Amino acid sequence: MSAAAAGSSTGTGALTLSRRPSLRHRLADRGIDRMLILLVPGVAFLVALFVYPFIYGLQLSLTPASGGPLASYQEFFNDPYLRDTIGITMWLALPAALLNVLASVPIAYRMRGRFRGKRTLTTLLVVPITLGTVLTAEGLIKYLDRSGWVNKFLLDFHLINQPLLLVHNYWGVFFSLVITGFPFAFLLVLSYMSGIDPSLEKAASIMGASWLQRFRYIILPLLAPGLAITFCLAFVLAFSVFPSANLVGNPTGDTHVISIAAFHAAFEQFNYSLGSAIAMVMAAVMLGIIVLVLMWRSRLYKGASGGKG
Amino acid sequence: MRDQRFKELRLDGIGRSFGDQAALRELSLTIRGGEFIALLGPSGCGKTTALNCLAGLLPLSAGSIWLDDRRIDGLPPEQRGFGMVFQNYALFPHMSVRDNVAFGLKMRKVRGPELHQRVDEVMRLVRLEEHARKLPGQLSGGQQQRVAIARAIVYEPPLVLMDEPLSNLDAQLRLAMRTEIRRLHQTLHLTTIYVTHDQEEALSMADRLVVLREGVVQQVGTPGEVYEHPVNRYVAGFMGYRNMFELDVAEKGADEAVVTGPSVRLTGRVFGKLDGQRAVAAIRPEDIEVDGPGPNRVEVTAEVVEYHGREMLVEAALKSGDRVYFRTEKRLAPADTVTITVPTERVLVFPLDTPAAPAEVLGVAP
Repeated sequence: MSAAAAGSSTGTGALTLSRRPSLRHRLADRGIDRMLILLVPGVAFLVALFVYPFIYGLQLSLTPASGGPLASYQEFFNDPYLRDTIGITMWLALPAALLNVLASVPIAYRMRGRFRGKRTLTTLLVVPITLGTVLTAEGLIKYLDRSGWVNKFLLDFHLINQPLLLVHNYWGVFFSLVITGFPFAFLLVLSYMSGIDPSLEKAASIMGASWLQRFRYIILPLLAPGLAITFCLAFVLAFSVFPSANLVGNPTGDTHVISIAAFHAAFEQFNYSLGSAIAMVMAAVMLGIIVLVLMWRSRLYKGASGGKG
Repeated sequence: MRDQRFKELRLDGIGRSFGDQAALRELSLTIRGGEFIALLGPSGCGKTTALNCLAGLLPLSAGSIWLDDRRIDGLPPEQRGFGMVFQNYALFPHMSVRDNVAFGLKMRKVRGPELHQRVDEVMRLVRLEEHARKLPGQLSGGQQQRVAIARAIVYEPPLVLMDEPLSNLDAQLRLAMRTEIRRLHQTLHLTTIYVTHDQEEALSMADRLVVLREGVVQQVGTPGEVYEHPVNRYVAGFMGYRNMFELDVAEKGADEAVVTGPSVRLTGRVFGKLDGQRAVAAIRPEDIEVDGPGPNRVEVTAEVVEYHGREMLVEAALKSGDRVYFRTEKRLAPADTVTITVPTERVLVFPLDTPAAPAEVLGVAP
């Protein structure tokens, strides 16, 4: 059984054996045991669907049809029409992600306890996730177009004189990002919120804290690490916006987002190298934001938020 | 702000229901400033509900609460100014021990040197100075407990509420903390309401006990009163009267009665009105004597003998098969047959008609 240990201690027998644990035991002490097999599917999945495509794309981006290895990147950064997609996408994704996270907080705070109809309300708030961007876009056009219900209502009640331009521009995409992104952020924030032991708030209130002070000094600090993660996910989701930028945006103008540029380069101009280069830039930008947020998060308290222990 | 003493806190028929279920009924109690009151009862008896109502965490369904001449039951918890120690401590996990303790003072806008001085003072009082910078998660259970207490008393609240604060500690620490809490109470004279299901804890710490059962007050009194003169079989059961025999009433005197069963005949003191044919005789295991000369002689056979140091705790069977528990310094072995006696004044005879008995009460079939 413990052949390795026995082999290493020739002759002296049982005495040495009992002092020096078996190899399997020593490996298990460092967390290496047969349970690691459970990781295989996950690792295989990661390699096949993430690592390999990433390396393949990186290699594609560095081998343009003409010019040096960085020619595709130079092309992207020298062309203002392409270069500006970073700013355009950022200008959509940052406010949308921020709004989704921030709007989730008060609603989740209000819904943290148990009450009748909580499930129904949660379902209603989460339904937009199931709609998909195309359906959302169709709905948005119906509602917000020049002759849509919103403009009709506002015109009929003489609240405005000119129909508002709410789709086929920045706002159309922004609304779409909020509608599809909010339920996602809300669900995450609600689960983080429910993880906070309710007796902490009771304790604070008995010690004289008003609801605002309880929120400021107890809930918010305990929620902040979760908000950081939620923001990262909401941001990544929004930054890769594609269908709604086409359907309810102005894809050649103020919603010419970075994924449209990559798609255009790769599948309309068949310049795979440029397409891959744009995808790499996109990944780098998202990574940069996530690193910044996680650096901020690392300075927060992240332990258990329950009082039990 | 510092002197928040009051003359009396009056609970006037307070009650709380959840749906149709009354968790607390008609609790009326006047607590003098500086008193240490224990609410005692098994889980589900309404003691925690009473505490939460006092704290303002639960609205009342009936009655009112008065602090001297001020009615406070409509105030939210943050405006009552009380202190509370929770069963799970509820320390703020993201704040250092010091910040936890300072929280109540900061909410009261105490700043600068006064804040430091008052926090230091309390930290010294609960012996936590060297842990000031740690987070609660880095402390042991007993230390967390002391933080919870420090946090509740630092702003010298008129009333400190404690919800089974020692139930999460091991036996030895519990004893030490019990003394600690008593010492703090004697130093600071903060009026305290202490909820517990441990009768020993209640007896040893409180000035007065309130025994609750199914939301109804059974008895209010000093530890001596409740221990020596429980008003009904339920309180008796809670106060260590482990032997309870349901017997026939044979003779009824002014304050003595004789009750009989198939294999026992007991004379005891009567508590309450003996109306029916049957009554309950309650006896503490430590009041029973083995082979003594006294009255109330019963022959029993030892069945289980537990070693408890100087004494043995014996579970024995009467001839009728019913169990009796007693303590003795005699070395008994299972199957030994002995005669036990109980002084007449240590047999309490209660009427039967009090509501259902708690689980640990041992009834005797006729």
